[in-house]
Amino acid sequence: MSDSPMRTSRSEWGLTTPSFVWLLVFFAIPAVIVFLFTFHARTPEGGVGPWSFQTWRELVDPDYPAIVWKTLRVSFKVTLWSILLALPCAYAIARMEKRWRAIVAGAIMLPFWTSFVVRVFAWKTMLHPDGWLQTCYHAYLHFKMWVCAWFSAPPPAVSNPGGCLLGLSYCPVDNATTTILDSEAAVVLVSVYTFLPFAIMPIYTAAEKFDFSLMEAARDLGAKSFYAFRKIFIPGIRQGIVSAVLMVFIPAIGSYVIPQMVGGTSCILIGNKIFDRAMANRNIPHASALSVLMAVSVLVPIAVVIWWRARQNARDRKRLEAETTRMMTSVATAGGVA
Amino acid sequence: MSNEFLVFDHVTKRFGALTAVDDVSLSITKGEFFSLLGPSGCGKTTLLRMLGGFERPDSGRIYLEGKDITDLQPNERRVHTVFQNYALFPTMTIWDNIAFSLRLAKMPKVEIEEKVDSILEMIQMSEHAWKYPNQLSGGQKQRVAIARALVDRPQVLLLDEPLAALDLKLRQHMLIELDTIHDQVGITFIYVTHDQGEAMSLSDRIAVLNRGHVEQLDVPAKIYEEPSSRFVASFIGDTNFFSGRITSVEGDYCFIEVDGFPQIKAYNDKKLTVGQTLDLSVRPEKIRVTKTPPPPEKGASINVFPSVVRDIVYQGVYTKYWLDSGELKISALKPHSRFLLDQERVTWNDSVFVWWYPDDAYMVETK
Repeated sequence: MSDSPMRTSRSEWGLTTPSFVWLLVFFAIPAVIVFLFTFHARTPEGGVGPWSFQTWRELVDPDYPAIVWKTLRVSFKVTLWSILLALPCAYAIARMEKRWRAIVAGAIMLPFWTSFVVRVFAWKTMLHPDGWLQTCYHAYLHFKMWVCAWFSAPPPAVSNPGGCLLGLSYCPVDNATTTILDSEAAVVLVSVYTFLPFAIMPIYTAAEKFDFSLMEAARDLGAKSFYAFRKIFIPGIRQGIVSAVLMVFIPAIGSYVIPQMVGGTSCILIGNKIFDRAMANRNIPHASALSVLMAVSVLVPIAVVIWWRARQNARDRKRLEAETTRMMTSVATAGGVA
Repeated sequence: MSNEFLVFDHVTKRFGALTAVDDVSLSITKGEFFSLLGPSGCGKTTLLRMLGGFERPDSGRIYLEGKDITDLQPNERRVHTVFQNYALFPTMTIWDNIAFSLRLAKMPKVEIEEKVDSILEMIQMSEHAWKYPNQLSGGQKQRVAIARALVDRPQVLLLDEPLAALDLKLRQHMLIELDTIHDQVGITFIYVTHDQGEAMSLSDRIAVLNRGHVEQLDVPAKIYEEPSSRFVASFIGDTNFFSGRITSVEGDYCFIEVDGFPQIKAYNDKKLTVGQTLDLSVRPEKIRVTKTPPPPEKGASINVFPSVVRDIVYQGVYTKYWLDSGELKISALKPHSRFLLDQERVTWNDSVFVWWYPDDAYMVETK
């Protein structure tokens, strides 16, 4: 009896050691090596030279802040759109009959059976100036132009042809300025397509466990459907949303295949830069430094989330304590009076 | 119709081939504690959900204070539900749970605080205001669910088997508490349950439902003593049925011929005539079991039948007997109002007399 905790801990060690060793050998040590590489100079042959701060000095490239900022911005947009699309989707799946849920969830994962590069290439053809999506988009622009003309909108000065993307103003449709391919929009679009299942799955998992009678309770107490969705469903599945955000944001920040294939020269992200430094320039220390920079930029939002949640827990606890103290005091006072 | 508080007017609801609620008409008065009682699948929950706005009847209308509420959304009617699983919002504190409907109504903050604090006091949960639902026990959650539904004073409070998830002792405690709360707030309560004990002890009136229609609607005592059908008689408590035919009528009494059983004398309250068939219901507690025949001063008109004891279940408060009498099985209940161990004991396979007064039987399913 007395040695049972000992035995438990020994068997726990036995079970967890392999994965610890795996993580140590293939994750922790390589991460440290990458970090250490940044304090080395490169060798002309593409190797790692002696200790030096040269790499960090080189990192003061005027292009980098803009690229880091762009990467964060694109990743943020991708995450936002993925979550916005995943929420109603996951909600709908969770409300389906059980056998339909499995079918639809399977259908969402189905594209993963084909090669990622092939799928992105398919997008490339669709977004190509001769591709059908681009054709549809142009047809839409022409239609809008026609509608504007119909209502005899004054023909504006065509100083900003791209402006017709936003406003309902008449403008000639210029194929060169209205191509979707090789733009930030294309990168966001294809990234959202790629990462959407990673957003849907954690949210769906949380939504499936969500007790939908709570929505009925909210409706019963006077809430409109959307209010119940916002105030009861969303907070109820917030764990799933947090995982979805991380599941999308982290790979989005490191993605380089999508911007390379559909972003052209107008959307170069930090992933592309790392690829270039490592493969084209054979400058491993420089690529390592960029990776560290990127890792930090990923860790910061996670740290913020963790800090925010810890703070909220502490606040709840403090409020509970304060309230309990207040109650105890009032009870004590009442007792004193009696 | 308009002077009635809550009216179901020929309401029918089907789910595919199943008719869950079949042409039900009910009228409930203001402030009443009204129970919908029936076995699972009898349509009681469907009726409640239609009242809450979660289901729409296929035909018929529902009126609340003269207003047709049939097609209103759940949030458009001032009818709140206490759900069986409580359905407290787990991401909100108890205080926020209760304040939910008040905040939706855009009530001033001070007023919200006042109302929430006072109802928390009423349910004696003030010290738990800042806890989350998962930090509460079942009975506490139950009280919070009731408070949340009552705080903005709905026109009707619906309770969907609210005590089903509680253990026996807590259930009895909550029964009394529910009754107290109902007396305090004066709101119409509609209580759905399959537990006849709960319904009997709380309700002003009970509607017994079976297969989508109302079998009987009456005060608890009437439902127990004068069941309108075999179903009601057997669903509310235990009973013995004797199916037979009237052979003769003598004044207010009649004699009934039952297959495999001696002739039974019963009070003829339905004014049946010779040749009519009926089921006679005799409640177990109305049947006495003694080793000696009943004394002659009890009257000659008494029903006395020799029987053999087959089974005994001792329950402390009473003992339940199963007896073979003629070709029938009879169950009888003997309350122990005197100290049991001093008495002459009836045991297994004893030959005994079972007897009851003709006035204590009740006629159902007469034809």
